[in-house]
Amino acid sequence: MADRTFEIARLPGFATIAVLAFVALYLPIFTLSIYSFNAGNSVAVWQGWSLKWYHDAWSNAAVKSATVRSLVIAVWAAVISTAVATMAALGTTRRAAFRGQTFIYVVINQPLMVPEIVTAVALLIFFGVIKQWTGYQGLGYLIAAHSAFCVPFAYLPIRARLEGMDLSLETAAADLYATPWQAFRRVTLPLLAPGMIAGAMLAFVISLDDVVITEFVKSGGQDTLPTYMLGQMRRAITPEVNAISTVLLGLTVVLLTAFFLLTRNKD
Amino acid sequence: MAKGATPQPDAPRPGPAPSGPSEAEKSVAATTTRNGWLLSLPALVLLFVAASGPLLIVAAYSFMSPGKYGGIAPGFSLDGWVGILFTRDIFDDTLKLADAHLTIFWRSVWLSLLTTAITFAVGFPTAWFIATRPPKSRGLWLFLITIPFWTNLLIRTFAINEVIRNEGLLNTVLMKIGLISAPIPIIYTDTAVLIGMAYVYLPLMVLPLFAAIDRFDMRLLEAGYDLYASRWAVLRRVILPIVKPGIVAGSILVFVPSLGAYVTPRVLGGGKNMMIGNFIELQFGQGRNWPLGAALSMTLLVIVMVALLVYVRASNRGTPHG
Repeated sequence: MADRTFEIARLPGFATIAVLAFVALYLPIFTLSIYSFNAGNSVAVWQGWSLKWYHDAWSNAAVKSATVRSLVIAVWAAVISTAVATMAALGTTRRAAFRGQTFIYVVINQPLMVPEIVTAVALLIFFGVIKQWTGYQGLGYLIAAHSAFCVPFAYLPIRARLEGMDLSLETAAADLYATPWQAFRRVTLPLLAPGMIAGAMLAFVISLDDVVITEFVKSGGQDTLPTYMLGQMRRAITPEVNAISTVLLGLTVVLLTAFFLLTRNKD
Repeated sequence: MAKGATPQPDAPRPGPAPSGPSEAEKSVAATTTRNGWLLSLPALVLLFVAASGPLLIVAAYSFMSPGKYGGIAPGFSLDGWVGILFTRDIFDDTLKLADAHLTIFWRSVWLSLLTTAITFAVGFPTAWFIATRPPKSRGLWLFLITIPFWTNLLIRTFAINEVIRNEGLLNTVLMKIGLISAPIPIIYTDTAVLIGMAYVYLPLMVLPLFAAIDRFDMRLLEAGYDLYASRWAVLRRVILPIVKPGIVAGSILVFVPSLGAYVTPRVLGGGKNMMIGNFIELQFGQGRNWPLGAALSMTLLVIVMVALLVYVRASNRGTPHG
């Protein structure tokens, strides 16, 4: 690099803007995390290191129940969306194009296109009617809503994985008298597993992060962590919110790192 | 269900199938279609019940009249749609242009366009920077963009809130070094919403731009410079036209969620600086005008669909350059 007098790909000022952009992206997040360790009551005045707010958040019953609820919903949403997305991916890849395939793609990717607020309002109305009819107020509505909008996120990595696998191994299994189920169970599924895990992790993260749809669909007392935080922001903010945010942030980073390692293995 | 996963032996294989080739081909095609649909069915049902289907109810509700305590009263009415632009005078029943509504639409569109412009101005150099790093560190830079992309939107909004509010990082630092004597009131203004949206949606601009620049053949730059083009001419005449699909994709990815934004204007804009998303919520909450809320939702949906259509058109036209 040093001995080149004219660097072809360099555009003046671009590197500076880029570095500033990275600083601007991370500075607020870092500030937020650091203030979660503040000993004082304020999110503005630094009074020394402490784990007080983590302790406070952890002993807060509302936070605890919101955490559990968030995790329960996210696990269910990840499992359900990955299951249906896997089947849909098996149905839409590695076969000749068929009638209606585009329709299936559009429906599966619909949550990526329709504004969240519109879906949220639609579900508020629809589930409201069902709640009145059946009297059921449980977590089922949130799980159904989350599973639905997680489908495209689970579908994409699974489909990518499938497209990279050819049919020769399954054909070989069939030639060796494996039944279709055996071939699927012993050949397809193990090969597909990394894609499914990646899809499930993305779905989990997406479910854990959702605010808008949850805010509209939840019944009374069904706060998840994000909706609890949104409620807190309307009042005086204490570093407790920073502490919860930091934990969620850490969880996201860990899951993403794992996701990247998993999908990198493929190549 | 797992049966459908069985590999369909490709047609021309002279296998144990006793039937003639054309019939076998036909039956393979038929099973392909049937299995494709059968396997996709659970996903389709789930999405229809908990995502797409309820949109039809919203469409229906937009043509009814509001119930007294929220909800709707049965019976056809265009009041919801009329209410998007007009208010009915309580006394003489005349229609007047609803200035407050127009302000909200204008703010939503204008802020979304500005957000798109700002994220492009910052995102293009950033994407270029990442794409021109040596292969080893490129992955790391890309990862650094991806983390905010997947991080909870609420947390990022909250983080930027911590920076720009009156006692926040920005004002504290500026006051400490003596540049200002009183905090600059940014929070709860349109500017705050704009800064927040640009911050939150920047990764959505960078990622498609990166994908486009990554495919860009750097030898074209050499050709341009050999022909005595300036840096600016190369950027404008060579780079930008070729990465245009990435620019369109990034702009749509930023514009669409900006237009439907709910969390960022709610947290950073306070109660006053509503955007369409908050206005829709208001109709289903305190406003108790569900048909208006439904009509607004449908309007937003149509605008987004038009934007996506433009995107599909543009990306189909944009490819045959390289």
